[in-house]
Amino acid sequence: MKTITVRIPTPLRAYTHGADEVRAEGATVADAMRALGDAYDGLLAQVLTEDGEPRQFVNIYLGSRNVRALQGMRTPVAEGDVISIVPAVAGGRA
Amino acid sequence: MMRTLVLARNLGERLGGYARRAYPQEACGVLLGKSAGDDRIVISVHQARNLNAERPRDRYELDPGDFLAADEEARKTGLDIVGIWHTHPDHPAQPSATDRAAAWPGWSYVIVSVSCDGVGDVRSWCLSDDRFEEEAIRS
Repeated sequence: MKTITVRIPTPLRAYTHGADEVRAEGATVADAMRALGDAYDGLLAQVLTEDGEPRQFVNIYLGSRNVRALQGMRTPVAEGDVISIVPAVAGGRA
Repeated sequence: MMRTLVLARNLGERLGGYARRAYPQEACGVLLGKSAGDDRIVISVHQARNLNAERPRDRYELDPGDFLAADEEARKTGLDIVGIWHTHPDHPAQPSATDRAAAWPGWSYVIVSVSCDGVGDVRSWCLSDDRFEEEAIRS
């Protein structure tokens, strides 16, 4: 088990009692996110689909790399890694 | 009571500069600052790339890599990402259905109206109970 840091964006901090980052354990990004879901009610549903993949409006980064460009949710993590939940930000006049 | 976004005049002018340079395409970026009760104080403004290549004149997709870089800077300096800004070329500074569909709670959304004549209204909005409410902008 590796202990990693998960950075929580402002819109999701209501689920982490205001914390901007939390610790989680696991061997992969998916493990860490599951651990996060167990610790914080309601958070996982905002981040992952029922299949456990990042939702359309969410990106998950390991360090500076989007996990979609790595091995997805199966990407292994190392002790001390940082996972960032990055909200997809979009819109426009029409 | 209406929330307030504190946006210093020089930062507002910087947003206007970004808006004019990107026109007729939409520009977007991130607001770093801090919260003070229900209000937010903007300390710095950052431009991000608009990754929407198909409809850059009326849509934006903020580069998540630029978001991450701004978040890193915010954490290093004890600030937060308190909001998002984007431009509405040739259109009022009011949120569209597209803006609403993609909005997240807890952020100020600053919209800059811009045309070939220059920068128009700058207004700020915040999601409340699934709809946008306007915030007062104070410099």
